[in-house]
Amino acid sequence: MTDKTTLRPEIMRSALGRARGYGSAKSGLHHWWAQRLTALALLPLSLYFVASVLLLAGANQAAMIAYMHQPWNAVLFIALILALFYHLQLGLQVVIEDYIHAEGRRIALLLAIRAITVLFGLLAIVSVLKLAL
Amino acid sequence: MANLTLPKNSQVTGGKTFKAPPGAKRVKAFKIYRWNPDDGGNPHTDTYEIDLDACGPMVLDALIKIKNEIDSTLTFRRSCREGICGSCAMNIDGTNTLACLKPIEEVKEAVAINPLPHMPVVKDLVPDLNQAYAQYRSIEPWLQAETPAPPDGERLQSPEERAEIDGLWECILCFCCTTSCPSYWWNGDRYLGPAVLMAAYRWIADSRDENTGKRLDALQDPFKLYRCHTIMNCTQTCPKGLNPAKAIGKIKQMMVEREG
Repeated sequence: MTDKTTLRPEIMRSALGRARGYGSAKSGLHHWWAQRLTALALLPLSLYFVASVLLLAGANQAAMIAYMHQPWNAVLFIALILALFYHLQLGLQVVIEDYIHAEGRRIALLLAIRAITVLFGLLAIVSVLKLAL
Repeated sequence: MANLTLPKNSQVTGGKTFKAPPGAKRVKAFKIYRWNPDDGGNPHTDTYEIDLDACGPMVLDALIKIKNEIDSTLTFRRSCREGICGSCAMNIDGTNTLACLKPIEEVKEAVAINPLPHMPVVKDLVPDLNQAYAQYRSIEPWLQAETPAPPDGERLQSPEERAEIDGLWECILCFCCTTSCPSYWWNGDRYLGPAVLMAAYRWIADSRDENTGKRLDALQDPFKLYRCHTIMNCTQTCPKGLNPAKAIGKIKQMMVEREG
């Protein structure tokens, strides 16, 4: 078997050289593990969120503020927001890495996703704090 | 962006039909992908009608019959005809498998046969597997140990240690799994794919190998390993009944374990 691909004569670099590429980035575990941990955290937190919505259905603003004034409610909401937006950012990053191959566009989109998830996450946290404090 | 449609020169057009001989009772149609690099045309699908009463039971038997008796230009790889060489890997009835292990009877309608998906085609059913072979070479698939082998014999394993590589060593590198993986389709230039990752785990799990850490280091990469999204097409399609997805899961588990 020849070392070169038979179909792309413009590529003279050996198949092994291309397969090795830049070598291992020595990362990827943290991303993968964080995605699983946030997914795990989101299971009970989402149930708590749904329970809160049901509990507060039809409540007025005063009841909402009273609910958020209890420290555990504010803490759980902020934990939900952190896990959710972190998980969202990790997931969207995978989608972009999977499908966007043009280097410039890929980096631009990855930065945009980080900016958007961080800003919206902060917005959600500040909204909770405004009710809680 | 990912290509969601075939490029113009890859779109498959209709082709010729080779009728069954008159008097044939059990006729089965085989719709086979044809592409010849020398005629400059698009790929097309030729239909061959076979009398099953005059043909062996497996899809490979039909292919050999076609080549011998109907159309000698049909090109495909085959060697052992018993599922141990991996040469006749192709997409039959929508699933990657070995033509020699696939009974014709299992396909209800006409038997659609295409080359392994998303690899460059050399001709007809022959894919270019150079990239996959090079990726296999890149994981250094051989025993690496500094401790010299005993002078009077081989390196020993306990039965338990030996059992760790069961379900791994049986892989024949037909690349049915790798070419069934959407993640490999989109990022095959950087993602190693299920066959190569299972081969890597075969050496990671081997008690005689002393480079486990180096092997894990070489795989810890967002693309080489972590493009696996546990889609599990690999396990579903493996003609040898192996489980590459589980092997990849074990690698990911070891990555977590060595962190703390």
